[in-house]
Amino acid sequence: MTDYKMHLLICGGTGCKASESDEIKNRLNHYIEEFDLGDEVQVVTTGCFGFCEKGPIIKVLPDNTFYVQVAPADAEEIIKEHIVKGRPVGRLLYTDPNSAKHVSDSKGMDFYKKQIRIALKNCGFINPENIDEYIARDGYQALGKCLTEMSREEVIKEIKDSGLRGRGGGGFPTGLKWEITKNVENDQKYVVCNADEGDPGAFMDRSILEGDPHSVLEAMAICGYCIGADSGLIYIRAEYPLAIQRLKVAIKQAEEYGLIGNDILGTGFNFKLELRYGAGAFVCGEETALIHSMEGLRGEPTFKPPFPSVSGYMGKPTNVNNVETFANVPVIINKGAKWFSSIGTEKSKGTKVFALAGKINNVGLIEVPMGTTLREVIYDIGGGIKGGKEFKSVQTGGPSGGCLTKKHLDIPIDYDNLIAAGSMMGSGGMIVMDEDDCMVSIAKFYLDFTLEESCGKCTPCRVGNKRLHEILDKITEGKGEMEDINKLKELSWVIKDTALCGLGQTSPNPVLSTIANFENEYLAHVQEGKCPAGQCKSLLRYDIVEDLCTGCTLCFRNCPVGAITGERRQAHYIDQSLCIKCGACFEKCKFNAITLT
Amino acid sequence: MDTINLKIDNKPVVVKKGTTILEAASGIGIDIPTLCHMKLDDMNIENKPGGCRICVVEVNGRRNLAPACCTEANDGMEINTHSMRVINARRTVMELILSDHPFDCLICAKSGNCELQDMAHKLGIREIRYQGEQSTYREDTSPAIIRDVDKCIMCRRCETMCNEVQTVGVLSAINRGFQSVVSPAFEMNLDHSVCTYCGQCVAVCPTGALTEVDETGKVVRALSDPAKTVIVQTAPAVRAALGEEFGMEAGTLVTGKLVAALRRLGFDHVFDTDFAADLTIMEEGTELLNRLGKFLEGDKDVKLPILTSCCPAWVKFFEHQFPEMKDIPSSARSPQQMFGAIAKTYFADKLEIKREDMVVVSIMPCVAKKYECSRDEFKTNGNPDVDLVLTTRELAALIKLSNIDFKTLPSEDFDHPLGESTGAGVIFGTTGGVIEAAVRTAYEIHTKKKLPKLDFDELRGMEGIREATIDFNGLPIRIGIAHGLGNARKLLEDIQAGKSEFHAIEIMSCPGGCIGGGGQPYHHGNASILKKRQMALYTEDKNKTIRKSHENPYILKLYDEFLGKPMSEKAHHLLHTAYFDRT
Repeated sequence: MTDYKMHLLICGGTGCKASESDEIKNRLNHYIEEFDLGDEVQVVTTGCFGFCEKGPIIKVLPDNTFYVQVAPADAEEIIKEHIVKGRPVGRLLYTDPNSAKHVSDSKGMDFYKKQIRIALKNCGFINPENIDEYIARDGYQALGKCLTEMSREEVIKEIKDSGLRGRGGGGFPTGLKWEITKNVENDQKYVVCNADEGDPGAFMDRSILEGDPHSVLEAMAICGYCIGADSGLIYIRAEYPLAIQRLKVAIKQAEEYGLIGNDILGTGFNFKLELRYGAGAFVCGEETALIHSMEGLRGEPTFKPPFPSVSGYMGKPTNVNNVETFANVPVIINKGAKWFSSIGTEKSKGTKVFALAGKINNVGLIEVPMGTTLREVIYDIGGGIKGGKEFKSVQTGGPSGGCLTKKHLDIPIDYDNLIAAGSMMGSGGMIVMDEDDCMVSIAKFYLDFTLEESCGKCTPCRVGNKRLHEILDKITEGKGEMEDINKLKELSWVIKDTALCGLGQTSPNPVLSTIANFENEYLAHVQEGKCPAGQCKSLLRYDIVEDLCTGCTLCFRNCPVGAITGERRQAHYIDQSLCIKCGACFEKCKFNAITLT
Repeated sequence: MDTINLKIDNKPVVVKKGTTILEAASGIGIDIPTLCHMKLDDMNIENKPGGCRICVVEVNGRRNLAPACCTEANDGMEINTHSMRVINARRTVMELILSDHPFDCLICAKSGNCELQDMAHKLGIREIRYQGEQSTYREDTSPAIIRDVDKCIMCRRCETMCNEVQTVGVLSAINRGFQSVVSPAFEMNLDHSVCTYCGQCVAVCPTGALTEVDETGKVVRALSDPAKTVIVQTAPAVRAALGEEFGMEAGTLVTGKLVAALRRLGFDHVFDTDFAADLTIMEEGTELLNRLGKFLEGDKDVKLPILTSCCPAWVKFFEHQFPEMKDIPSSARSPQQMFGAIAKTYFADKLEIKREDMVVVSIMPCVAKKYECSRDEFKTNGNPDVDLVLTTRELAALIKLSNIDFKTLPSEDFDHPLGESTGAGVIFGTTGGVIEAAVRTAYEIHTKKKLPKLDFDELRGMEGIREATIDFNGLPIRIGIAHGLGNARKLLEDIQAGKSEFHAIEIMSCPGGCIGGGGQPYHHGNASILKKRQMALYTEDKNKTIRKSHENPYILKLYDEFLGKPMSEKAHHLLHTAYFDRT
């Protein structure tokens, strides 16, 4: 990056690409050429900046100007005003919602203030398709250090001392996993990167692979060195085309530089890498299912033990880690276990990336130290609830997690605290809900997902979740009985107790946690036939207030099912047995004569 | 050897390392109920996907319950197999399975023989608290097997048999979640797939999801039609297993009672497929000697080893999987089809009736035989040589239906001329039997000497692949035997690679041979039953006065009166066949 005076970093993550960041880049380049600035200004496509709510994002270096929600039409002004005349384009700057002032540098934004970026350190800073930029930011230094200065045992000790735990959800100590795999004797071992990110709304791993693919490749090579594997496989879902393309480019470049392949850095260590594509089955995030899928078998889990560390891919010892886990490794080697373990809580070290979504102002990708509270994440970083509504719940851990409430807002986030609160860390999905969300429907939504994604192998998950879903359906239809709430709990516990894999064992968590934290809502549905959030259609009731109705017949004419009767100029009436709760009458009535309860 | 100490239900147990909790418990008489698990001892066949979750037990210190069938016992484990937590979980899981299972037990083919029904009874299920949608699928009917997968409980046993044991690869789990079911790929019909109809899936299915095509009704109609002459043949393996259906000990020979029962059912002539087995030996043995002779003369084109061709599932297997080798197996038809061809020519002539007025019924241990008799090459002007095939199980049902008290029936003899057989014909029903029968005849024809000893112990046993060299008076004849199509595949791949040194190979699709056929009484995972059936056949062989096919007087008479000599033109026309590329 030395030859140019200025750099325009434009986000090339999937979200910003969908909002035409490629076209913005084209236009920027067009105007750079028009003003003959080709030798001085360079446009660089980077990975995700995280602030997806405000994408597409452009960052101007060296002055750190951070433009948000840029449209292709803005390209001309950015070049003409900012680059040529040195006057930042005010209207494209981020406006602080509290002070209503423009903030030019991202460091001054609440969204970034409380973040510490380790796994995401290069995302938004480098061109992921240029290995030199990765190397310029200490890339492959850790691999070199491991291969030339450290023994396998020393590297593993460093990872163990750092306290790094698996970021895929389980939280198993990474160094210990490496050590176990190392200690299994075998001529052939494998390192597998689990990039089968499947939680609804989660995109941490995708962003890392799109924004900083080399960090994962480097870590896999380090892991290979430690456990004694010469082969690495990245299992990635085929619906991540951009991540796949960037991985391909990265692997090719690393091979050309001799950082992947035979005799790496002249140390005699060989490590080759291959991509394996998944078809997007959630259960293939479970490591045994993932391995079966890579072997060309049906993607379904098998009973552990044997663990992959002993018998994994092709029956060989296999170390499976998730993308984010790997992304932490080079930093730990470079900066040391002591530094890493100084961040976080007692049992959860370092940071965690979360995909913040739902009814929150700042939707995006964030990385915070373990121990940050939910309140800080939701209010300080996330900017609070959209539209000034009231916070109701936050769902963490994806379909395996649970729904937490106001009373949990001050819990420091770490693996153990979330489990104690009835949820879990999961891979990092975080969905915020407000007063308009019906918690019974939320539980049903997650079960919908699990039902679809269950492999169908074991009875509790295949049939049990179906029955849970049916009971929830019955409740949201207003046909629930008190006994159904008991049934939900009893069946949930048996499913947790008997299901084969992690997917099944945790699938009732959204049900149990919503019953535990929002039992009143269940009771309202069952006992009063009401949905407090007004989400369950079957429980809505439209009525015409006789005194207010003028008999204009507008509602009568708009009702699609003929549920409304009445004479002209006389009060009309809704036949509840026919009403499909579409709300057409409610919207059309000019006299506010229709009530919704 | 490493041993492990643990406590199950407070009883101390010492087991070998690697033992599962289920095995450890069973060793001290603790019965943990299982549903999907199946282990055929000594046959290397095990299905333990850990899917049904009926066998869950409580292990001290473990967060959730552990499936006993696939959890290894560890040192110091304390296990509770019947705590209330376990019983509640087991019963709930059972209710879940039943909530997605049709309630048509009264008319289900498996009623009374259903492991799901038994388990529901054992667990005392009286109500199903969690009811809801039941999964429904299209019923798939083929010439031999019916798939009614509404009744599939995803135990995956059929998949293990089809893929791991038989390497046919037709059945596997498809779809996800509640829609998951075992099916041919793309929900294809079985008769469009490479299914061999070996019926091993039917043999292990715990419910009525996989059953044979029931032809009892057609047999009843034929027997009640006065215009038809209905004759019956019974395969060797049937007599060693039928008794089980009537509460008799496995391995009880019921040949005489079988004949008596068939006669009481109203068959006009009760014959024996063993007769046709002897005929098969005459043809196949001659073919072997012909090929061997040419080989010894230096003929480079001669195809060796010769492969047996009695098993219809095996025939269909190589037609699909190894079509380029279709000229290696013997061209001899199976005994069932030889019988049909002779019955509808030689015997029909004797009776002076038209073949259309004769109905040939086979009693077979096999479901593939139902398919075999429907093949076009075994028909004359559309009229099949064998009209209907009943499995051993269907015959048992028919006997019960007819209120025949099987156990008290007297012992009766087969009719002549197609009912006379030798010991060689009897052992066709077990793995190794066909080749032993062939050796007895080929040896004596080739060497023109009497065999000093008829029992070839080196050809017997239950090993999946066996080999032996028999000394034909200075000429070493190398014999291979495979049962189970996975084992057959290994031998075929050797032949393909030019690595095979055998002169003759016997192949049977079903583990154990016909005694373990897909149409036999259900063994419910007890492999010792197969061994007992095998022993019964060897006993019957031993008790026969004539034990070599070429000494069967009725066979000699048949050649004399009708066929001429083995491999004659007439024999070729009636007793041999061709194979087709089905890829």
